[in-house]
Amino acid sequence: MADVWVFVQEADGAPSTIGLELLTKARSLGTVTALYLGSGSDEAFATLGEYGAANVYHFDPGDSLPSAPVAAALAELAGSASPDLIMFGQAYDDRDVAGRLAARLSRPVLSNAVDVSIDGGVRASHEIFGGTQVATSEASAPAPNIVICRPKSFPAEPSGGGAPTVAKVDLPDVGKAAARITGSHAEEKEGPQLEEAAVIVSGGRGLGNAENYALVERVAKPLHAATGATRAIVDAGWVPYAKQVGQTGKTVKPDVYIAAGISGAMQHLVGMKDAKTIIAINKDPDAPIFQVADLGIVGDVNNVLPKLAAELEQRTG
Amino acid sequence: MYDHVQNSDEGVDLMKVVVCVKQIPDPATPYSLEPDSHWLVRPAEQVLDDTDRYGVEMGLQLAQAHEGTVTLVSMGPAGNMQGIRQALAMGADKAVVVDDGDLRGSDALTTARVLAAAIAKEGFDLVIAGTESTDGYAGVVPQMVAEFLDVAAMTYATSVEIDGTTVRINRQTATGYDSVESEMPAVLSVTAGVVEPRYPTFKGIMDAKKKPVETLTVGDLGVSTTVEQKVASIESAPERAAGAKIEDEGEAHLEIIRKLEEVKVL
Repeated sequence: MADVWVFVQEADGAPSTIGLELLTKARSLGTVTALYLGSGSDEAFATLGEYGAANVYHFDPGDSLPSAPVAAALAELAGSASPDLIMFGQAYDDRDVAGRLAARLSRPVLSNAVDVSIDGGVRASHEIFGGTQVATSEASAPAPNIVICRPKSFPAEPSGGGAPTVAKVDLPDVGKAAARITGSHAEEKEGPQLEEAAVIVSGGRGLGNAENYALVERVAKPLHAATGATRAIVDAGWVPYAKQVGQTGKTVKPDVYIAAGISGAMQHLVGMKDAKTIIAINKDPDAPIFQVADLGIVGDVNNVLPKLAAELEQRTG
Repeated sequence: MYDHVQNSDEGVDLMKVVVCVKQIPDPATPYSLEPDSHWLVRPAEQVLDDTDRYGVEMGLQLAQAHEGTVTLVSMGPAGNMQGIRQALAMGADKAVVVDDGDLRGSDALTTARVLAAAIAKEGFDLVIAGTESTDGYAGVVPQMVAEFLDVAAMTYATSVEIDGTTVRINRQTATGYDSVESEMPAVLSVTAGVVEPRYPTFKGIMDAKKKPVETLTVGDLGVSTTVEQKVASIESAPERAAGAKIEDEGEAHLEIIRKLEEVKVL
């Protein structure tokens, strides 16, 4: 049996969703050890067990920025145990720990993986050119090899596993590489969340200005939809970062994705193209978004959205 | 690699800001891969990765506020240096470009090793990079560079402030942001949106032509270029067939309603 380690970060006191997705995949590959980052609890460890972890290494960096101390401790553990594969999610701390660990161990990182296999060598596939092609990369370094997987690449399914053995790992003093978290600020969560919503309405530059984002919200409301955005309008400060869908934002797979005034840059497409149904509204008939849309409306979002909202409001009234 | 943090308050040394930049094939043109190696085809004329403009701007603003200099460090085929000149035209002082045939097909680890060596050679108080490149988007190079330089990686910064020898950032998180601080020297990765990049002025473009650009090879840095991963195969993704595309003549919203009914959302 292959020895597979999975990095799982705590979110709101429980293992993160992407962590559970990775555990589910990992147990099809071999024996699973979870690398749990957070304050930890019996419930959290039990959940790791339910999703297939036989062992847990627990890292609690307190108010230290995790990457340097956790990578240092992990390098020590992985250096001696030499697991076949260490899986990370495409998330903030995951990427930071993975990068530092790889540099420490002098191992390549296979990034943006949407699938991973381990027969006779670690291979991972990732989408390129806006998801039109899939490249399969192969690592030729000695164990452990490091793979970073995109969210929603695997379903998260419990296996009914029992409580794992848990070992708390002491974190070293990393000297000059240390950084401290002096405060945490949560952006207010309102309405349905992007990762869970069955319907998402997203806006892009085609809206013209920040005020017009209200049209996206108006269409979303009667549909009980979450609202999303492109990097362009997030960068422009029209809406908060938490709404960003795409390569550097969230990956979503809703039943319906309505793209309003979104051209369909590669960066955005990789985050939403796996929606079951895509409806796009854009002025430019050649916009790439139309290549993935099940229904494309060539027109001005600022004409179409108010009428759509009025119709929806009337029906759901 | 360096033995002191230069303190601009004493007026002795200038703060040394290094910004990592990358020249990439113009994203507006279709990308292609070389047949056997599956490496990205890189034309002689490449552009500055758009995401790097934020790092350059951040570097320029910090250097201006704290009496510093901005050096660009880049790895990859230099080509006609158009992308590097774009960053110099924004106001960076000089550039170091590591260009070596042995670096073709480099992965994130080799790239980080080379950048770290070039940065260490140059000396630094602060290294600034984007979170990931547009063409490779591995998203781990800044962290690896920090590890090789043995300094903190202050990643995903949405704002940056320097106070004496302390760097404070707002660091993007899944739920909002954290306030994070560290002592310089440090590596920062900045998100697009940390600052609004300036457009080069005509004078900036003219000046950029005269600014020093140093070209280094792997031999100058003495780093390993062994790459322990390769693309084994490329396949077409299952194609998603485009559906109906209709012109809005005032009633297109009803087509959307019909579609929502068809998929039982309404």
